[in-house]
Amino acid sequence: MSNVAIVGIGMHEFGRTDGVSGMDQGVIAVRRALADCGKQWSDMQFAVGGSMDGGAADTMVSRIGLTGLPFTNVVNGCATGGTALAQAVNTIESGAADVGMAIGFDKHEPGAFRIRGPRGKDWYGGSGLALTTQFFGMKITRYMHEYGISQASLARVASKAFRNGSINPMAWRRKPLSEQEVLDSLMLSYPLTQYMFCSPGEGGVAMVLCRADKAKDYTDRPIYLQAAAVRTRKFGSFEVLAPSIALERDAGPTAAASKAAFEMAGIGPEDIDVAQLQDTEAGAEIMHMAENGFCEHGEQEQMLANGDTEINGRLPVNTDGGCLANGEPIGASGLRQVYENVLQLRGDAGERQVPNDPKVAYTHVYGAPGISGVTILSR
Amino acid sequence: MTTNVAVADGIFTIDNGRPKLLGSRCTNCDNHMFPRQSGCPKCMFNEQEDIELATTGTLWTWTVQAFPPKAPPYLGPTGDDFVPYGVGYVELPGQVRVEARLTVSDPEQLIIGMEMELVLDPLCIDEDGNQVVTYAFAPTQSSTSGGDAS
Ligand SMILES: [Zn+2]
Repeated sequence: MSNVAIVGIGMHEFGRTDGVSGMDQGVIAVRRALADCGKQWSDMQFAVGGSMDGGAADTMVSRIGLTGLPFTNVVNGCATGGTALAQAVNTIESGAADVGMAIGFDKHEPGAFRIRGPRGKDWYGGSGLALTTQFFGMKITRYMHEYGISQASLARVASKAFRNGSINPMAWRRKPLSEQEVLDSLMLSYPLTQYMFCSPGEGGVAMVLCRADKAKDYTDRPIYLQAAAVRTRKFGSFEVLAPSIALERDAGPTAAASKAAFEMAGIGPEDIDVAQLQDTEAGAEIMHMAENGFCEHGEQEQMLANGDTEINGRLPVNTDGGCLANGEPIGASGLRQVYENVLQLRGDAGERQVPNDPKVAYTHVYGAPGISGVTILSR
Repeated sequence: MTTNVAVADGIFTIDNGRPKLLGSRCTNCDNHMFPRQSGCPKCMFNEQEDIELATTGTLWTWTVQAFPPKAPPYLGPTGDDFVPYGVGYVELPGQVRVEARLTVSDPEQLIIGMEMELVLDPLCIDEDGNQVVTYAFAPTQSSTSGGDAS
């Protein structure tokens, strides 16, 4: 049973917002989350926040209010938002506080992430290897070889993302793209084309969490955290930015975090009504469907052809357009998934509301150097 | 005639115009690592020996870098001078899978399982006029007929 509830959510629009800093987008998200549950910053007993390029999260108190609360900064690659949430949950479960916030925001320069090693020793980036995009191309190339996934399936995933994004007012990419348009776009890292990749972007998300037994003091529609698990890679897992990998193979941190989360929640993949899975590119969504336990490796080909992961499908995936349509502000991205699931469970997702009266929802983030975070939410 | 200099020390040596990758082998569990490091992530043992890794292997997976990486850190030609290059993991039998540039960038010519060998790959000319090189894998002569599906 859950001891923690999400009672307020706030978001600053994803995409490119000229003239508004990453941190200001975080501040706006905080104010919106507080307004959502009718509380003040001075009511918060703690905060956990993270950003990669937007500055130290805890400095935002100079604008929101110097109340003296403990504010912990977290940085965990693409899993930063998931880690912030897990830390907030642990803080409440430990009894250290009754109510607090998880916050994530970011603002990145355009183009692929610039990844540099220690000064004077940058042979890896110098040789042209330190690109996350290469890993994604190589992981899906191997996966397609082993499990018979087609490039048409990659295009299906991307086209679905932009279709869902087109009906999400907070999304960055709002223009639907056909599978053919996705396939015909510039080849960036074979077999992945430009529209199969998400871009680094901007945005902010914040949420108010409290003890489950006090949730009704904040809202009449609390959403309960059934699980929040974070796992790092084990020996033999195939990870981003690795100059070498072992011959021995491990199922990876996503499979481990997923298993831990399902055990915490006491349910299985068949109980999930809607899922947000890390889709840094189209191949990632496909591989993560299996790594999170929603199908066997290779079954995705048929599931996508059936439309199983569409908003009106058997298991809707990335209903808000995912990273592909929202871009990836590292610090905020994991919390965006949770935000979307809260909307879906409240029945507030508007045009993209899944029609299956969802009761249980799932999020998954993955980041460098091999970390995954999973949450399971319920009404 | 220009002199070849390695992109960094401690990654590979240059011997007769051919590179050799510098790796570590765990003396407890035989785990092979690249680049060199102390501490074994497999068995947590802390005694490793320095070795040179195998110079041939098979292509385990690949992609093609079709757009110029940001410079810095990239040292190769960018902008209009950029040349696409392959990137892959090459499995060195019984050792480790090493990430590397590939001398081939045509998807039609890259096949999982094909035989590859280690070569030097030029990146840029440094301020002293030396040719800065990194390591890469090239298809071996016998592999051009295609590889098995490992
Ligand atoms: Zn060992």
